[in-house]
Amino acid sequence: MPQHFSALRILTFRLLALLGLALLVASCQPAAPGSGPASAAGTPGTLTVYSGRTEALVGPLLDRFRRETSIDIRVRYGDSAELAAAILEEGANSPADVFFAQDAGALGAIANRNLLAALPDSTLNKVDPRFRSANRNWVGVSGRARVVVYNPQSVQDQQLPDSVLGLTDPVWRGRVGWAPTNSSFQAFVTALRRTEGEDVARRWLEGMRQNQTKSFANNTAIVQAVASGEIDLGLVNHYYLFAIQKDQGAISARNYHPRDGRAGAMINVAGAGILATSNNQEAARRFLDYLLSPESQTYFTTQTFEYPLLQGLPQPQGAAPIDQIKTPNIDLGSLADLDATLRMLRDVGAL
Amino acid sequence: MLTLPAFTEGATITDPAPSRQQSLASRRSFAPDHGSLTVTPDLRISRPRIPLALAVPGTLVALAMLLPLTYLLLRAAGAGQEALSFLTSPRIAQLLWQTILLAGAVTLLAALLGVPLAWLTTRTDLPFRRFWSVLLVLPLAIPTYVGAFTLVAALGPRGLLQQALEGGFGIQRLPDIYGFGGATLALTLFTYPYILLTVRGAVLRLDPGFDQASRSLGAGPWITFLRVTIPLLRPSIAAGSLLVALYTLSDFGAVSLLQYDSFTRAIYLQYQGSLDRSIAAVLALVLVSLTGVILFAEAATRGRAKYYRSARSIESLPLYRLGRWVVPAVAFCAMTGLAALILPVAVLLYWFGRGLASSTVNFDSLWLPMISSASVSMLAAATALLAAIPVAILAVRHQGRFSATIERVAYASFALPGIVVALSLVFFGANFVPMLYQTLALLVFAYVVRFLPEAVGAVRSGLLQLNPRLEEVASGLGRRRHQVFLTITAPLIAPAALAGVTLVFMSAMKELPVTLLLSPIGFRTLATTTWNATAGGLYALAAPSALLLVILSAVFLPGLLTADRQAESEHVLDS
Repeated sequence: MPQHFSALRILTFRLLALLGLALLVASCQPAAPGSGPASAAGTPGTLTVYSGRTEALVGPLLDRFRRETSIDIRVRYGDSAELAAAILEEGANSPADVFFAQDAGALGAIANRNLLAALPDSTLNKVDPRFRSANRNWVGVSGRARVVVYNPQSVQDQQLPDSVLGLTDPVWRGRVGWAPTNSSFQAFVTALRRTEGEDVARRWLEGMRQNQTKSFANNTAIVQAVASGEIDLGLVNHYYLFAIQKDQGAISARNYHPRDGRAGAMINVAGAGILATSNNQEAARRFLDYLLSPESQTYFTTQTFEYPLLQGLPQPQGAAPIDQIKTPNIDLGSLADLDATLRMLRDVGAL
Repeated sequence: MLTLPAFTEGATITDPAPSRQQSLASRRSFAPDHGSLTVTPDLRISRPRIPLALAVPGTLVALAMLLPLTYLLLRAAGAGQEALSFLTSPRIAQLLWQTILLAGAVTLLAALLGVPLAWLTTRTDLPFRRFWSVLLVLPLAIPTYVGAFTLVAALGPRGLLQQALEGGFGIQRLPDIYGFGGATLALTLFTYPYILLTVRGAVLRLDPGFDQASRSLGAGPWITFLRVTIPLLRPSIAAGSLLVALYTLSDFGAVSLLQYDSFTRAIYLQYQGSLDRSIAAVLALVLVSLTGVILFAEAATRGRAKYYRSARSIESLPLYRLGRWVVPAVAFCAMTGLAALILPVAVLLYWFGRGLASSTVNFDSLWLPMISSASVSMLAAATALLAAIPVAILAVRHQGRFSATIERVAYASFALPGIVVALSLVFFGANFVPMLYQTLALLVFAYVVRFLPEAVGAVRSGLLQLNPRLEEVASGLGRRRHQVFLTITAPLIAPAALAGVTLVFMSAMKELPVTLLLSPIGFRTLATTTWNATAGGLYALAAPSALLLVILSAVFLPGLLTADRQAESEHVLDS
């Protein structure tokens, strides 16, 4: 059976060669000096950020911070909820200094376990009290408004209901889309429960189900379905429309901020907090202030069409100015615990 | 080179006192009694004790594989009343049913694709066999979160196909891709190579004598295929199906994009929306129990037959001539390749083209992720092979409760969603070995924990087809145990082991949840690069790295299939 012996030799040779190469490459990964021991709570002078926002979005911003401050900043990108779960598992040994999350809920999850440090007033006061933690341990960085996206070819402005609560009306049967697995949608339902009460929220969800509301996997799919005429209305965040238009040119869709200013018109935030276990508090605070600087705020406005939370800055192109949007009075940190919302969504069969 | 086979042939067939399961098995084996009447003495002595050189590494591997389970038990222990009442709610029953339905349908369809394809590409005169061999394994390189997405883009409402049909045929509405049908389609297309690869290795090592005996008794090629070949391939079909079923349980990409409500989707939603990780842990433990049931079912199909040749290559059969079946055979291969590989790649190329047009693509940034992906996956594949060898040897050569436990433990986490394995190793890593936390070493370890069963299954089916008499004779002739392993066992199971290495390599290349949480900070792979782009909705940006994932696998695959190819060329020469 000589062919088997030679096969083994070839295999062994290749594996060894590749392993050698692999080790060589792995040991000189320039971007990964962390392949040495990752000391708990980071090394002083090196800021470790867990980012639930994508690299395509925040990468350039971080590069500029590195250049301007010569603080070495390293980022672990991931899903906000998964990173929050990881921070909870890491406990006191978390290498993270800063958690930069896609939504207030993930920050609230960490804050509720007392894992976030208190922030200085100078940082907190940059934003409206609506957009920061009531316990003063995280701060909003950019705003994301809930809207109803509609197709102006099939829906006239005056036909739009004052409130999303009006979408259970039979005239909207089979014409509305939502994304029940989307965290922004779930945060909105939590806000609905908090502001209107459990019964109203449940009846609304059941009414929407009976009205044959269509489920989508995400907000982008909803906006595209509205533009293509598959549905007429969709419950989404305001910036998806602008992102798609930037990519594909004008489409047949418009945003509407419900006039009643209740949960359906809430503004959630992406925000950041500093880990209590970080021994890099000073650099971390500089980073948060940097995120709230006019330059960074404008970067979010132009790149993602989110609302700047620092006051007096230009609004995202095409979007309604933030101070003209009527919003409900709700503590965003209280949207952290979605257990009851998930249960309700399951009960009515939306999940 | 070896004159042993004739010796062992006699021994196998005339074994007078079946002292252990394997010899019992020979009674029910499919081995044709080709004519040996010589009675040779049974060379085996009493049942050997399990050598420490196997027991110790086997136990260590099992302990490592128990980490995710331990973590889940710790978390579930903190479960409150709500988690427990959830466990008895109708919702759980519904989830279970939908999950089992999906896993069953995907496994069945994957076997219906994988087994005939394995046979066609090895034992027939199918034109361009090697081309098909590589092409038809490649869908495994496509992560389901990309593959399912391309299916939606192509076949979904207002997708590319419908746009094309509207233009040409005025078709307004395609059947809905979301739900059970779509999820089954996507998972079948991207997992059947598990079965193809495992079965292919086994087909190449089949004793042609069985075929010959069957045909000399007047059975046609179809009867021979169904009644001789398929039963002989049973362990490899079962091993491949096991991987498909358990992978289906663990998959999140396809079920989330195609909106099918499975256990893994429920677990992810729980992590997404809740501080209470105990509910997710309870759900995951239900999934582990389901894995246990599947493992026992698979063990029941194993039976006790032996599958190795009694003698090597007395004569080889020529390849089957397909004749007029060549057209349907080629069409079958082409259709599968079209749906599972060409279609997703075409959608990626379409996005890629759009990205080029808007010049958002930066190729330079892809070199490092490419090299990182290949090297870390290679490390994981090699480590997994080393870890799989003691587990597989125990399972095949030292059957018993100890070995069975170790083997099942090795499979226990394979059905767990990636995020569960990732969080369990985050917990143990950060709190017990902080020096290793988020280092390359721990990342490779995590890949091994996730993908070990792929290697174990392959090595195991290789061992099953290796006549233990060869090893016994070698040690009878004075070779020490490690010499026997290096000179007899290793070379003969190398092709099967290669299939396992290939599987782990390709799985690690596309792995996402573990990579995101456990890699050294700043470490980029093609999978994380793809994910980063899609998470921001930048498909044009995601396309190049997703394409590279497929191309890189295509480059490595023929190399990894070398030993298979040599076995194949032997058949050709013999014929």
